[in-house]
Amino acid sequence: MGVLEIAKGMGVTLGKLFQKPVTVSYPEQRATLQPRFRGRHILTRHPGTNLEKCIGCSLCAAACPAYAIYVEAAENDPAAPVSPGERYAKVYEINMLRCIFCGMCEEACPTGAVVLGNEFEMADYRSRDFVYAKEDMLVGVTGSIPQRREATRLGKPVRLGFQLDGGQPRAELEGVKYP
Amino acid sequence: MPDWLATLLISLLKAVLVVLGLLTTFAYMTLIERRLLGRMQLRPGPNRVGPMGLLQPAADAIKSIFKEDLTVTLADKLVYTLAPIVAIGMALTAFGGLPAGPAGSLFGENPWVYNLDTGILALLALTSMGVYGIFLGGWASGSKYPILGGLRSSAQMISYELGMGLSLLGLLMIVGTTSFHGIVGWQAQNGPMILFQSLGFVLFLISSFAETNRTPFDLPEAEQEIVAGYLTEYSAIKWALFQMAEYVNMITASAVMSTLFFGGWKGPQFLNALIPGISDWPLIWLIVKIAFFLFLFIWVRATLPRLRYDQLMRFGWKLVLPLALANTMLTAAFLAFRGSGGLWFLGVLSLAGVLALLVLSDRVRTLWNQPSIRPEGDIVRAGGD
Ligand code: SF4
Ligand code: SF4
Repeated sequence: MGVLEIAKGMGVTLGKLFQKPVTVSYPEQRATLQPRFRGRHILTRHPGTNLEKCIGCSLCAAACPAYAIYVEAAENDPAAPVSPGERYAKVYEINMLRCIFCGMCEEACPTGAVVLGNEFEMADYRSRDFVYAKEDMLVGVTGSIPQRREATRLGKPVRLGFQLDGGQPRAELEGVKYP
Repeated sequence: MPDWLATLLISLLKAVLVVLGLLTTFAYMTLIERRLLGRMQLRPGPNRVGPMGLLQPAADAIKSIFKEDLTVTLADKLVYTLAPIVAIGMALTAFGGLPAGPAGSLFGENPWVYNLDTGILALLALTSMGVYGIFLGGWASGSKYPILGGLRSSAQMISYELGMGLSLLGLLMIVGTTSFHGIVGWQAQNGPMILFQSLGFVLFLISSFAETNRTPFDLPEAEQEIVAGYLTEYSAIKWALFQMAEYVNMITASAVMSTLFFGGWKGPQFLNALIPGISDWPLIWLIVKIAFFLFLFIWVRATLPRLRYDQLMRFGWKLVLPLALANTMLTAAFLAFRGSGGLWFLGVLSLAGVLALLVLSDRVRTLWNQPSIRPEGDIVRAGGD
């Protein structure tokens, strides 16, 4: 009977009224992300030598469908190398307004240097604040530019609005720890 | 002060109070609706502005007043401005005739703004005038989607108005008066009308959903098909006025259903044994009943998807209208031939009608939802000779 089906449906919605909501109140409570979530990029380092993995080959920039990456390479100083290769990235910038978080850069990178992390809170006021330089993305930097600015202003550590399901970032994010 | 002036002033004051009350209810209805819909969809709903989101309506009001009020170049300026005013004006006027308590019970004044012998007829006429707001709004926007939406909703509202009016005829024949006081008084003596006119009530309920453009009949605003229908080109306060009209109509429909079928402002008589006179308290009973129906409106919105336009029209013309006619005939025949039979027999007949409708709901479905599979040989080939 058609009307009975409607009544059943009404029963379902009424029942849900008394159930606890499944969503979280995001800024106060942390959202739970899967480790495979693709957020802000992280430039990783070799764990033993602490050298940057990036060798400035620009393959990521070539692979990027949104032309979001700009790389300028320079020769390594053999006495104090920045990366294990011949060259390193003197300038490495990603425009987060252009980026579509597709992960192609990560796939293209021969050394596994650029990896998409889990941070996503990058909303800001000025366009130029969306261009992330190397210092903003090297492993060990926690939080986006606006988050770090806010944290400095308040004199508190950066508070990320998410937690990972399982607690650990995926293996490619070498050395990354999320508080 | 001369007598007529005092009466005039008091009526004006009451009218202002009713308008304020309705608009406040509208404001909080939007919040309650969003909260309830949210909870039914397992999310908290708006809870940011003020404690528990209680100031959300104020924020919304400020926003819609200060937003830029756009007028489209091709719009007919006068009618474009007038349409929302017609819609909200008619919606607000219609409510004033509904009694909320016994005569003289509100600080010695009558708890209604105006009292017409043609009560329910006047109310139906006024709410029908609201169609002009919607239709003219769609037409005056000078744009395609609004005119489609406006035409659609006028067709819908006119169609369901028939079912709505006819479903009340049985009730009016039993009571013998169209004034709300008469109807409430009759129910106080003989029990709520729902007992005798359940079929009429079901039809009236369905038609009210269509009349107030609520899901599952909210075709005028079907985003997927016609953007926002007649509202497409409206913004800021004019848009808010249309929204107000929709919600006020919903409140009016709830109040009418409470008054006509559930005893109106009178509470259940048996409670008088516990607290003497409780069923005669003004306002409270009507508000409780209205709240129940408003919850029903929201609950249905959270559950049912929208009908297709042709289904809606077929549903109105092929099911609601004939059934309302049948209900009228049944009541008329009963009243003419009942001899000394009690009214309860009509109630049983009416209930049997509702049950038959429930049982047969799958069969009658083909009336408005024809399966669209064509037989093989029936396919029309494009460009054939
Ligand atoms: S994630 Fe995609 S869009 Fe973003 S920088 Fe990498 S390749 Fe470009
Ligand atoms: S991040 Fe990888 S692909 Fe991009 S320049 Fe560095 S090494 Fe090359």
